[in-house]
Amino acid sequence: MGQAPEGIQGSGFFATSFEKVIALARSNSLWPLPFATSCCGIEFMATMASTYDIARFGSERPSFSPRQADMLMVMGTIAKKMAPVVRQVYEQMAEPKWVMAVGACASSGGIFDTYSVLQGIDKIVPVDVYVPGCPPRPEQIIDGLMRVQHLAKNEPLKYRDSDEYKKLLSGYGFD
Amino acid sequence: MTQTATELVPHIQSLLGNDLLDAYLSYDMTTLVVKSNAVINALKTLKEDEKLDFHFMTDLCGVHYPTNKGLELGVVYHLHNFKTNIRIRIETFFSELDPRLETATTLWPAANWMERETYDFYGIIFEGHPDLRRILNMDDLGMFPMLKYNPLEDQTRTDKNDKMFGR
Repeated sequence: MGQAPEGIQGSGFFATSFEKVIALARSNSLWPLPFATSCCGIEFMATMASTYDIARFGSERPSFSPRQADMLMVMGTIAKKMAPVVRQVYEQMAEPKWVMAVGACASSGGIFDTYSVLQGIDKIVPVDVYVPGCPPRPEQIIDGLMRVQHLAKNEPLKYRDSDEYKKLLSGYGFD
Repeated sequence: MTQTATELVPHIQSLLGNDLLDAYLSYDMTTLVVKSNAVINALKTLKEDEKLDFHFMTDLCGVHYPTNKGLELGVVYHLHNFKTNIRIRIETFFSELDPRLETATTLWPAANWMERETYDFYGIIFEGHPDLRRILNMDDLGMFPMLKYNPLEDQTRTDKNDKMFGR
């Protein structure tokens, strides 16, 4: 069982701030959108399966519908031809959303320094967590997930409406 | 022991005549070099002749030898006869200043995507092709990647040290 947030407790009630409760709820129910392209997708399948289970961490429902997902996990080599698709999927996700770049190819193009491979998805979408590896072991992917959980838990309530976030998005061309 | 087409070469020579520039054996497979303006006629002959009967096209690909002045670009066809299990390779070369060749889609529909790939990577225009456009690379790539003059690496990368990773 996790730690309850600070608050005032009485008989039959518990009062705390929205920020803490919402942060707790979001961080423990991050539904991923597995954007699995290559070998890292296979490691993700292992992570999703029973031995390394990410459902323990709240990622019970991996959805392929961006509208209903919290976290975009890009796993695998993204070709330049695929880049507009990743961007469109990211755009379709509802706030709050987090992006995890799993593997060397998603983080920086990996070993594929070539004309057809996008040298890192952070060229097109803002990335929250990078999981290096080729491919990263399931334990590393779970570590990345836990870092996203940490980010979700400590996010200010109105962060997604803030100027700082808007500036970040407009830097990537999302206006 | 794979049967080669060596015995068939005199027959092919009599059918193709002057269009056949060379015929040689390389590792179990006979290779014919044909003039580029007559390659589709040659393929049609190889397909339709009863004795040869190369009815299956295995592969169609491009090749670029920048040192062969005047004959830099080439297209290689691999044909196969299932009934006698004989394979044959047809090569044709032409200048990169005029990279045009007739399409093989009239003979084999499978050539459609293979010619699109050859166009995408070498810039070879196949005349008569129903839908010649890029197939694997992004449409605005702007160059033909497999030509030896074009760089392999992504030129926009800033974090690589060129002294350590030779470009």
